[in-house]
Amino acid sequence: MPDSQGTTLHPRPVLAGAAGASAAAEADSPAVEFRDIDIAYGKFVAVRDFSLSIRKGSFVTLLGPSGCGKTTILRSIAGLVDISDGQIMIDGRRVDDIPIYKRNIGLVFQSYALFPHKNVFDNVAFGLKYRNVPKPEITRKVGKALEMVRLPGSEKKLPSQLSGGQQQRIALARAIVFEPQVLLLDEPLSALDANMREEMRVEIKKIQKETGITAIFVTHDQEEALSMSDRIVVMNAGAVEQIGTPQEVYDTPATAFVADFLGKANMLAGTVSRSGQAVVLASSQTITVACSRPLAEGSKVTVVVRPQKFSVGAAVSANRLSGRVVSASYLGGSAIYDIDIGGKTNLRVNAPITGRVLREGEAIDLGFDPEGCVLLDEDGRRIS
Amino acid sequence: MSGTRRKQEGRWAWRLTGFVTVCVYIFMFAPIVATVILSFNASMFGGFPMTGFSLQWYGKLMANEAVLAAFRTSLWIALVTALVTTAIGVTTAFALVRFEFRGKQALSTLVILPALVPETILGVGLLVLIKAVDQPRTMLLLVLGHILLAMPYVVLIAQARMIGIRRVYEEAALSLGASRVSSFREITLPLLIPAVVGGALLAFTISFDNTSASLFWRPAGVETMPTQILSMLKISISPEINALGTVMILVTVGIPLIGGLILQSLTKLRRRGEPKEDTQ
Repeated sequence: MPDSQGTTLHPRPVLAGAAGASAAAEADSPAVEFRDIDIAYGKFVAVRDFSLSIRKGSFVTLLGPSGCGKTTILRSIAGLVDISDGQIMIDGRRVDDIPIYKRNIGLVFQSYALFPHKNVFDNVAFGLKYRNVPKPEITRKVGKALEMVRLPGSEKKLPSQLSGGQQQRIALARAIVFEPQVLLLDEPLSALDANMREEMRVEIKKIQKETGITAIFVTHDQEEALSMSDRIVVMNAGAVEQIGTPQEVYDTPATAFVADFLGKANMLAGTVSRSGQAVVLASSQTITVACSRPLAEGSKVTVVVRPQKFSVGAAVSANRLSGRVVSASYLGGSAIYDIDIGGKTNLRVNAPITGRVLREGEAIDLGFDPEGCVLLDEDGRRIS
Repeated sequence: MSGTRRKQEGRWAWRLTGFVTVCVYIFMFAPIVATVILSFNASMFGGFPMTGFSLQWYGKLMANEAVLAAFRTSLWIALVTALVTTAIGVTTAFALVRFEFRGKQALSTLVILPALVPETILGVGLLVLIKAVDQPRTMLLLVLGHILLAMPYVVLIAQARMIGIRRVYEEAALSLGASRVSSFREITLPLLIPAVVGGALLAFTISFDNTSASLFWRPAGVETMPTQILSMLKISISPEINALGTVMILVTVGIPLIGGLILQSLTKLRRRGEPKEDTQ
């Protein structure tokens, strides 16, 4: 990312988020703050110029493909990775030089990492023991934590006697029982099967709300990110692409990468025609777009349209496009069409079914609201 | 037709394999079996034919002060070797697996080297070195030599186990507030126990068994079990030696066997249910 983006993100401590107004007073001392951090392994720079401040009690997700640096950032908060440059603050205290075991953070791993030779009680009590909590207090707190993750009475079991989902619950209990300042979750759902994943998603979110703990969640799964987060930090190749609420990053992607990574948007390349708001596509069809700024005639743009933003049928009003169905998949309430609109352009459309599902080779009319799309410039950045 | 021929060939191949296998086993174990059987022979001569069953050679062994002294010496040397080698070897393996430092490759090779150099060369080498600095041959030298011989095996065993212990366990312990020393003591070491016990047993047997290097290193007048047997053989092939050999076999095979069985039952419980991890 060029500097302009980085610096606009950094000084205003991102007011996005549902709880924006109420937490504004606390915004002065964020739970976690990154100031221009760089992380390099030898010559390889894993993270560049990363700045972010995270409000107390919020749930922030670092989202990106594997190798984008999201896990590295998480590990740098924990102290498992040394930063090359910049500062990390937890509750206003600089932690760069504080060893991991003095940082007071809760860490949940993808592979659970429960100590295999210790039973559930000793696993959960581990953090309390090193904080010199008296024994009766430990017993009480462990019991409470196990109740919170809905596994009361499992104290005597060994990790090997638990299912994957149960192990991850215990790992969660172990990470929150000593009330850390931040809870770090490193792809905690990836090792679970699909059903369990959804259940745990709800569970983690619920526990985070109940305890009011600040949580930083790392995932490559956009669904997890969209459903759980107060704010999402979309990352690519060691840099931030966009920071915003789930709705912001989904509806108004800042870059082509974000548009593509979240929800596989249609990217229609075209050229601005009249200095009005019209774009000629490669298929030589013309569409109208909504843009607050006048566009320079002849400039190359990309029109981003989500598959759900299309309407299908003859009654379509604005931005009428016609094409041919290449493939159709029936999903019950809606159908996903792959549509060839000519000019080597294919559209992915997810439309509610009215009447019948169209078959391969059939002609189709579709359109979308000019307000329902985002315009990107030649460098793939949003034209606001 | 070709099918039946192939089947025939296959049968012959299997028969041949079976025959060779049996031969190999006989070749390997016949001397051991002969030693054990002959130790119960009533005859005055340490060979076949058997003249009757008797425990007299074991009795003689128990009365032989030189043999008992050698046994005690060997036992002590093996115990000290096992203890020291395991302590140093496990720590070395931990460092080699977990940390990056300059000269790591060199150290890793150097530690293994004594296992590759012929024992006799090693024996002469250490002896020459001791003579060069004008030191007498002492028990300490003998023990140090045995540690040198056993170290590669202990390091290799511990290293293999260490690689299997995922780093997240230590990271989890650290994140929960345990210092590096505490997390090693509470998490890594208990998970390393099979390697610790296995390494100690192997070091014990290597030391207890060692003949050629001990011949060079032992102080004047000190015998270990193997050297004692050797010097007894110089005089005559007494049936007593068969009894002594049987005792040696019992100790060097029995101890690791029992240790292995105990370990197996100990670790059986925790093996299950460890999740696979994505490499990232």
